[in-house]
Amino acid sequence: MVNIGCVITTPGSSKNNKTGSWRTFKPILDKEKCIDCDNCIVFCPDSSVNKQHDIDYDYCKGCGICAHECPSDAIEMVKE
Amino acid sequence: MIREVMTANKAVAEAARLAKPQVIPVYPITPQTTISEYLAQYVADEKIDAKYVKVESEHSAISAAVGASATGVRVFTATSSQGLMLMHEILFAAAGMRTPFVLADANRAISAPLNIWNDQQDSIAQRDAGWLQIYVENAQEALDTTLMAYKISENPKVLLPSMVCLDGFILTHTVEPVEIPDQEPVDEFLPPYKAEHAFLDPKNPMSIGNLADPDYYLEARHDMQVAMENSIEVIQQTCDEFAEIFGRKYGLVEPYKTEDAEIIFVAMGSLCSTIRVIVDQLREKGEKVGLLKIRAYRPFPVEAIDEAVKNCEKLAVIDKNVTFGIGGALYTDIKAKIHKDAYGFIAGLGGRDITPEAILEVYEKTKNVPEKEVTWIGLKED
Amino acid sequence: MDWTQGGLKMVDIPDKNLLAPGHRGCAGCGASIAVKLALNALGENTVAISATGCLEVMTTPYPETAWEVPFIHVAFENSGAVASGVESALRIQGKDDVNVIAFGGDGGTVDIGLQSLSGAMERGHNMTYICYDNEAYMNTGIQRSGATPFGATTTTSPMGSASFGEDKPKKNMPMIMAAHGIPYVATASIAYPEDFVKKVKKAAETKGAAYIHLQQPCTTGWGFSSDRTIEMGRLAVETGSWILYEIENGKFDITYRPEERKPVKEYLAPQKRFRHLSDELIEKIQKYVDAECAELGL
Repeated sequence: MVNIGCVITTPGSSKNNKTGSWRTFKPILDKEKCIDCDNCIVFCPDSSVNKQHDIDYDYCKGCGICAHECPSDAIEMVKE
Repeated sequence: MIREVMTANKAVAEAARLAKPQVIPVYPITPQTTISEYLAQYVADEKIDAKYVKVESEHSAISAAVGASATGVRVFTATSSQGLMLMHEILFAAAGMRTPFVLADANRAISAPLNIWNDQQDSIAQRDAGWLQIYVENAQEALDTTLMAYKISENPKVLLPSMVCLDGFILTHTVEPVEIPDQEPVDEFLPPYKAEHAFLDPKNPMSIGNLADPDYYLEARHDMQVAMENSIEVIQQTCDEFAEIFGRKYGLVEPYKTEDAEIIFVAMGSLCSTIRVIVDQLREKGEKVGLLKIRAYRPFPVEAIDEAVKNCEKLAVIDKNVTFGIGGALYTDIKAKIHKDAYGFIAGLGGRDITPEAILEVYEKTKNVPEKEVTWIGLKED
Repeated sequence: MDWTQGGLKMVDIPDKNLLAPGHRGCAGCGASIAVKLALNALGENTVAISATGCLEVMTTPYPETAWEVPFIHVAFENSGAVASGVESALRIQGKDDVNVIAFGGDGGTVDIGLQSLSGAMERGHNMTYICYDNEAYMNTGIQRSGATPFGATTTTSPMGSASFGEDKPKKNMPMIMAAHGIPYVATASIAYPEDFVKKVKKAAETKGAAYIHLQQPCTTGWGFSSDRTIEMGRLAVETGSWILYEIENGKFDITYRPEERKPVKEYLAPQKRFRHLSDELIEKIQKYVDAECAELGL
């Protein structure tokens, strides 16, 4: 059974798909070093950094953009 | 109700006006053009409260139609021939996305060679798109069928778009008296469309037109098959309801003197008017002959056809289209589904007149068993 | 640290992202960043339309969608026309405040979707169209498009003994859109989110059709490591290879000026698609860039 025309009626249901399993490197944030610039939030392709700069490892694919764009070197990419 | 002399194009435009579509994306093409003109004028004169989208192609006409229908409003569009071919890809999307709008197709031949005259190749070429296709015989039927098409398409058991097919020039550009119903009974017959399965609304976000991988695609297509099967009953019900309110009776097919007929002509569209005259002439001469007019080509009304032809011996199927290498599309469908001796005749392509003599020739050939299963009628010799 | 954004807090961070995680975009995907920023800037009262392409495929594999706003996709070449239908249907229902935003990749915009988009812009539908330009057909595996830049090797403009890759410069799509006389046209980059978000909001507030051409580096197609997506966008702008401007009611303005334009080589060198280029060809590209910058006053 599929919905008529394969319409998807649950917005944001991609959250069922835990893309964290794709990751080979894991970003670790040192909140001591964080200067609260929000770069990691703004540039995350996977909407996986929240307002408090907590990283959601359920979805983080480990691309490393957050670490690369962090002006205070507060994020380190660590091998899983 | 008023009675006016008009073309089938005007009749279709009047039906569209009465159906109160809210978005009309349409692109002109011969011989559909006057439909697009009438509708533009109706919107300009506030006779319809609709957005007339002046698209730059038929491809965009159908694309805008899908977008508008998926936003939950009633939509009308119309085209012909090359325009329908340009829509081809999106016809499939419209059906697959289950957007139940109505398209009038002024049947015209397909290039090459370039030809603007009537045959039914354009809509026949779209038969696998998942659209309902209903062929009409005259202007009144064009009006009535356009109204019914909305009710059929929007039925929750169907939710597939409908194509009303009317013969180019023969119907689109000739005038005849047509009864235009009043708005009130039309509103009673056809209440406003309320989309429930798919609509774009920020208060209830849905994603429409998604990717379906091999785990889901087969089911989605099977649902369309079920919807098409359901539409048989829905068409019949809708025709009955229409008859109750407006007094004109239609069905999936229209048998004429078939009960005791030994040979039955099978055809679609305006050609049926000519055939009916020939049937009467032959009957006067004692020939047992009848006509089965196919109105619904998709869904293909197998039971209704079976019932109408059950007593006959032979079928003479006349197609204004060709599936090269096998025969006419109606003929091949009849051969596949109806267990009678059937012979195919290709006629009238590109506007070649199908004369009474041509129909008599079809009859004679069928009676004496044609040399070939499929015969081209009216070919010039030399 | 090559960090050239001025100051902290470039854009407002919403409580809820309108592009949900779990989508199937590549790690480091620039298109996801673009769409997330655009939707967050517009808010929930938005309907999104997408052409076939990476974005549509990665966000809507049934039965899951990454979209938190209403979304429709019909085909590759018709998002302009689909958006026209959506916009018309919303407006006739009196829903004048709903943002209509259409997305298309460079293929769906500058190539196969150009006619449909041109029609939509010409008719002046009250909508915003964003081309997320990753400079080739990335969804199908890096085939050239009309937006592929000179010298880039792709699978259909490959380098070889008789070829240095794409031999024509990029089609100037924003100026084609500007020639439609629409009230708002802008270029943008995902590396400059403040600039981009400001433009998205301006486009949405514009009465009539608005077009934003967003350069979106693609880790897979351009050949750089996934953490450098933003850096590539920044290098494009810092070298003048991609110029940020807007044309508002006919008035042209550069919206970001690099302090000192870097040599184009710094942008080309880290990308696999340009790695084969000779010094001579790089010089030719530098001349293209210089001419473009001179023309636009950068």
